[in-house]
Amino acid sequence: MENLQLILKEYIAGDRSNLIPILQHVQSDQGYISPEAITTISNHLHVSKSQIFGVASFYSQFKFNPPGRHSIKICLGTACHVQGGDFLLAALQSEIGIRPGETTEDGRFDLERVACLGCCALAPVVMIDKVIHSRVSVIKLRELLTSYE
Amino acid sequence: MSSFQSIQKAAREQWQALQESADPVLYLGMGSCGLASGAGEVWDQINKTIASKKLNVRILKVGCIGPCYLEPLLDIQMPGNPRYCFNNVDGKKAEKLLLDYIKNGESKIRPIGYLGNGKFPVNGLKSFWDQPMLKNQVRIVLRNCGIIDPENIYHYIARDGFKGLMRAFELGPEGVIKEVETSGLRGRGGAGFPTYLKWQLCRKSKGEKKYLICNADEGDPGAFMNRSLMEGDPFSLLEGMIIAAYAIGATDGYIYIRAEYPLAIERLKIAIQQLHNHKLLGKDIIGSGFSFDIRLKEGAGAFVCGEETALIASIEGERGMPRSRPPFPATSGVNGSPTNINNVETLATVPNILREGGTWFAGYGTKTSKGTKTFALVGKVRRTGLIEVPMGTTLRQIIYDIGGGSLKEFKAVQTGGPSGGCLSSDFLDLPVDYESLTKAGSIMGSGGLIVMDKDICMVDVAQYFLRFTSQESCGKCTPCRIGTKKMVEILEKITAGEATMEDIHLLEKVAETVHKGSLCGLGQTAPNPVLTTLKYFKEEYIKHVEEKRCPAAVCRSLVEYRVIKEKCTGCQRCVDVCPTHAITGPKSEPHNLDKSLCIKCRACYEICRFDAIAGDAIVIE
Repeated sequence: MENLQLILKEYIAGDRSNLIPILQHVQSDQGYISPEAITTISNHLHVSKSQIFGVASFYSQFKFNPPGRHSIKICLGTACHVQGGDFLLAALQSEIGIRPGETTEDGRFDLERVACLGCCALAPVVMIDKVIHSRVSVIKLRELLTSYE
Repeated sequence: MSSFQSIQKAAREQWQALQESADPVLYLGMGSCGLASGAGEVWDQINKTIASKKLNVRILKVGCIGPCYLEPLLDIQMPGNPRYCFNNVDGKKAEKLLLDYIKNGESKIRPIGYLGNGKFPVNGLKSFWDQPMLKNQVRIVLRNCGIIDPENIYHYIARDGFKGLMRAFELGPEGVIKEVETSGLRGRGGAGFPTYLKWQLCRKSKGEKKYLICNADEGDPGAFMNRSLMEGDPFSLLEGMIIAAYAIGATDGYIYIRAEYPLAIERLKIAIQQLHNHKLLGKDIIGSGFSFDIRLKEGAGAFVCGEETALIASIEGERGMPRSRPPFPATSGVNGSPTNINNVETLATVPNILREGGTWFAGYGTKTSKGTKTFALVGKVRRTGLIEVPMGTTLRQIIYDIGGGSLKEFKAVQTGGPSGGCLSSDFLDLPVDYESLTKAGSIMGSGGLIVMDKDICMVDVAQYFLRFTSQESCGKCTPCRIGTKKMVEILEKITAGEATMEDIHLLEKVAETVHKGSLCGLGQTAPNPVLTTLKYFKEEYIKHVEEKRCPAAVCRSLVEYRVIKEKCTGCQRCVDVCPTHAITGPKSEPHNLDKSLCIKCRACYEICRFDAIAGDAIVIE
């Protein structure tokens, strides 16, 4: 919570145009947007909680659950789709037992699908934490996962 | 000497010194695609070798030069020599190259081409630009990508950067608009609205404050032209924005960029700072009396924000929902002020037009579509990457001459992203320009070109796009919100083999309604993938409906996996990779596949095809 107050100090109180940058800042610091964060932002911007949740839930970037230690993003852009991105997702879901938007029980991974990472020439691609892996196959993905604890 | 001339002089000296460096210089392609192919590992390895052997070698990061299938690309420039280009480099190969060149001045590993001038001791080596993928390209907006260090403004200035801006200041705002009119430049974001007209409308609008927005939200899945450009040459975009702002009289600029592009954001931040340091941005730019500043706004992931009014709502901190027009942003945009919005490529083209003249630019292209256009050439094509060609180049030239053709038998090419369509081989000789593509039922769009071969199911592709647009529909207007969802439901019925011919008629009817009744471009164009596949690939739909069969063996409900007993070597590779333990069988005996457990994820199929001891025994049919 202290962090949250520090973050909000950087943004003028009551300036609604900063709502999305604030949400982005909070998420990069805390990993997700918690109900407490929404209340605090609401007080700072003088905008109702429902409106803040309305904006946050509109954009696919914002998460409302605590993330895992490692984030897996499966790219499902057009090039990745035609090169088998869907198959990767199917295999991965059954491998780690969660669906997009969820986190594994041991907190090791969370899973997301993204519209396009812009590395279409090297499709299919998967992003784990900040690293983009190219030309991923079901087998390669399984090997990759073993290096993340 | 004016202050700009003195910066120019320093920049040219630095660039010259780099070309004539007495120490070897390495240039490593470190765009997102280079990094995804392992350029980070190459970078670490080279730096380690330089440090441990105490070598006098410089290494620079450059952007992506285009042929992504050759990444990571490493250039080695020995004193007096041009840059020798090496493809598909990994850490080991990079270290060997470096040590070979330091020790012997050459290596047994042959470069694929050279860049720049100098002596040519490598026999018969051709210019990098003579590569089959590159020789038919005309590089105007991409001219610096892969050549300069995108984090060094001096490199950009040494290669005629900001000359366009200086000329703009001489011409005055009206003169700039006139020059852009002569060039025939049209919006590169997809719709193709004449750029000069957009500027003129905004210039004439009354308002104390005016805004210029660069739309860098590149939302089309399968397109990465803007990412590559911003990562490889962020300065050209910023120069273009200053020129545009000067022409319309804007004081505040925003770059609305997607958060999925962290490297582009980083490079733009550095570039903006460097412009400030040299008084090329901010108050009284380089003594011209014109003031303008640029701020970055990170998009938070919503495809609809590519629509102008939705983008403005998002900048204001609201849900990114479009509103009906008029009023157009040119009269009432950000905070009610006149606002002009252009795409990244449009703006990055502008400095070239101002520098070389509108007539020069109009010398490329067709009667109605002038200049060059970048495309992301991807999918089932041999040579993938980013290309730039004159408007009017045919699809055949792009896919075959530049891309080297499709992997298997060509089936279709998809242009224009989720708003575009799929064109069959009948359209291969179609010249790529705004009008021709629209007439064929697709659109130019921002520049994604996805090649599809016989392994791709067109009904599945239509379903893919409609799932995308229905998820991205903002929900404001009913035809789009309900219509796209209904279309997905019908397509799901077809791909599951549960549809009748009646459903296909219904699909056509709903598509028509969504097209006519939607509020913004997202909904109006969402049916295009369905309409074009129905028009050019109807027989595939009919096979799904009448024969309950997917000819490309893609639609999961209609295919089964089977082990051919005679071919199976019993190597157990597939047993290891199957995530659901559907495959069983003792070693050296044909394996058994339990269809009730199979999730059809292709893991077994892949390993059986590519593993050395496996027998290519798994079929999908």
